[in-house]
Amino acid sequence: MIEVRNLSKTYGDVTAVEDVSFIAEKGEILGFLGPNGAGKTTTMRVLTCYLPPSSGSAIVDGFDVVEESMEVRRRIGYLPEFPPLYADMTVSSYLTFVAKIKGVPSAQLKSRMDEAMEKTGIAHQRNNVIGHLSKGYRQRVGLAQALVHNPSVLILDEPTVGLDPRQIIEIRETIKALRGEHTIILCTHILPEVSMTCDKIVIISEGCIVGEGTPESLMSQLKEGEVLRAQIAGPSDEIRELLSGIDGVLDVVDDDTAAPKDGDEQAYIVTAAPGHDIRDLVAKRIVDGGHGLRELRGLEMDLEDIFLQLTTQEAEA
Amino acid sequence: MRNFFAVYTKELRSYFVSPVAYVIAGVFLFLSGYLFRNILMSFNFYCQQFSQRSQFMSGAGMPQLNLNEMVVTQFFGVMDFIWLMVVPMLTMRLFAEEKKSGTIELLMTSPISTVQILMGKFLACFTLYNLIVALTLVYPLILEVYGDPDWGPIWTAYLGYFLLGGTFVGVGILASAVTENQIVAVLLAFGGLLLLWLIDWSATFAGPTAAKILHSVSIIEHLQGFQRGVIDTKDVVFYLSFTFFTLFVTSRVVESRRWRR
Ligand SMILES: Nc1ncnc2c1ncn2[C@@H]1O[C@H](COP(=O)(O)OP(=O)(O)OP(=O)(O)O)[C@@H](O)[C@H]1O
Ligand SMILES: [Mg+2]
Repeated sequence: MIEVRNLSKTYGDVTAVEDVSFIAEKGEILGFLGPNGAGKTTTMRVLTCYLPPSSGSAIVDGFDVVEESMEVRRRIGYLPEFPPLYADMTVSSYLTFVAKIKGVPSAQLKSRMDEAMEKTGIAHQRNNVIGHLSKGYRQRVGLAQALVHNPSVLILDEPTVGLDPRQIIEIRETIKALRGEHTIILCTHILPEVSMTCDKIVIISEGCIVGEGTPESLMSQLKEGEVLRAQIAGPSDEIRELLSGIDGVLDVVDDDTAAPKDGDEQAYIVTAAPGHDIRDLVAKRIVDGGHGLRELRGLEMDLEDIFLQLTTQEAEA
Repeated sequence: MRNFFAVYTKELRSYFVSPVAYVIAGVFLFLSGYLFRNILMSFNFYCQQFSQRSQFMSGAGMPQLNLNEMVVTQFFGVMDFIWLMVVPMLTMRLFAEEKKSGTIELLMTSPISTVQILMGKFLACFTLYNLIVALTLVYPLILEVYGDPDWGPIWTAYLGYFLLGGTFVGVGILASAVTENQIVAVLLAFGGLLLLWLIDWSATFAGPTAAKILHSVSIIEHLQGFQRGVIDTKDVVFYLSFTFFTLFVTSRVVESRRWRR
């Protein structure tokens, strides 16, 4: 289990992480999602005892990262943003070295290494020099390194960077297969990655947490407000006024992403307050007003939109 | 202990899989061999002159030619300067490379103490240093074949090199810990060692107390006794404590990441 409480980290004047709190339960995969520079890597570095927090605390498997750093370090496997590899070593000598400094007993050394290589699909590369491996295989060696001592907590910072699509799927499957045995934090800015692999998502932007929950709850939380897309023929000023006048409508904007249609047709995005089903009302008013209703549909908000909405709101603030 | 040993073997291995160890040993042996040859040649020259003159002079007024003084001491006196340039190249990568490539993140997040990391690295480099130093034993052996050197001062000179090496490696490893740029690490180590070397010089112009202090921190001043065959506890303590001091500061520098909030 990982428990982060009011964690802040500043580099000089730069505040990288501010008042972040979250919990990852034992055996679950927590997706730590955020755009570039959001503070993901910084948070992971605090969790792995690489950097001390400026304030707040983090508890990993019941041990404080500052006070009982050695105990924490015994329990974590960490794949940093840049895999920490020695280019002049072979895969197996590198993994042996890592296993030793992670405290794997000599008797288990071989079986642990074989298992880690097996899980990450690098067994056939064991005698190759790391410096000569492709980027994707290096990433896998990095992952094997994080797994080799069978840690109860796994922290993976963008594990699929630099992999080809097939490898990405494989690595995600590997990570999913680890669920249950290990508590996993998966950092990424790639949405499908979290929606596909994670039990829980924490969204961070500019150092602050802006959203948290299961993929489903995050979606329903934001879907409360109904969003409609309506394609209507007629004078746009008049129509915009008409739509805004409907009870429960919060916002009307032109949908400029759609290709311009012939004549005076225009698409509008209508956002309603939560709990208002305005579809019938919109249709009735448009037709009553004598305009041509060409298309009307509810918009599904997917994680992508939620992510964008959450992270851009923060940026504007 | 096991952790220390893992780091130690990893570091030592990486010296030998890269050309670094061989190139440095090669360059060092070439330079020292060249110097040894020149010193021998000039000794030979003196000997010839001496034997010519001795036909005209005789008795008490005649200076003695001493193989130890003229060859051994002089040779060891020059070799330490070569080491001053070579050791920074052995130490430069120890921490700087780990920082640059990000592998320091692996070490610092593993259940291994900073002291274990540091001692693994220090002793690996120190081992390599002593291996190369041991190769220079070939020169006194050559003297043994053709002459009759006194081995006492030779062994003490080697003891001096052993102690000096610890200090050099200590300074080098400290320089490597403060930067992630290996060139900067070399220059810092070289500059630092040179300063500790030349500090002796300014003692000539300083007041009596200052001169004494300057003399006592000069890394070269303490070597001279060993080269004359004298083991002075003061000198031994100097090198050991200097080495310990550099290692202590290095461990603080490496640790600093953990407490700089
Ligand atoms: N060593 C450092 N010194 C100063 N500022 C830093 C340092 N490391 C990170 N930062 C700053 O902290 C902020 C967060 O960086 P961080 O690396 O945690 O982001 P991230 O979420 O991992 O981004 P990415 O997706 O690009 O990896 C950034 O604004 C960055 O510039
Ligand atoms: Mg990052």
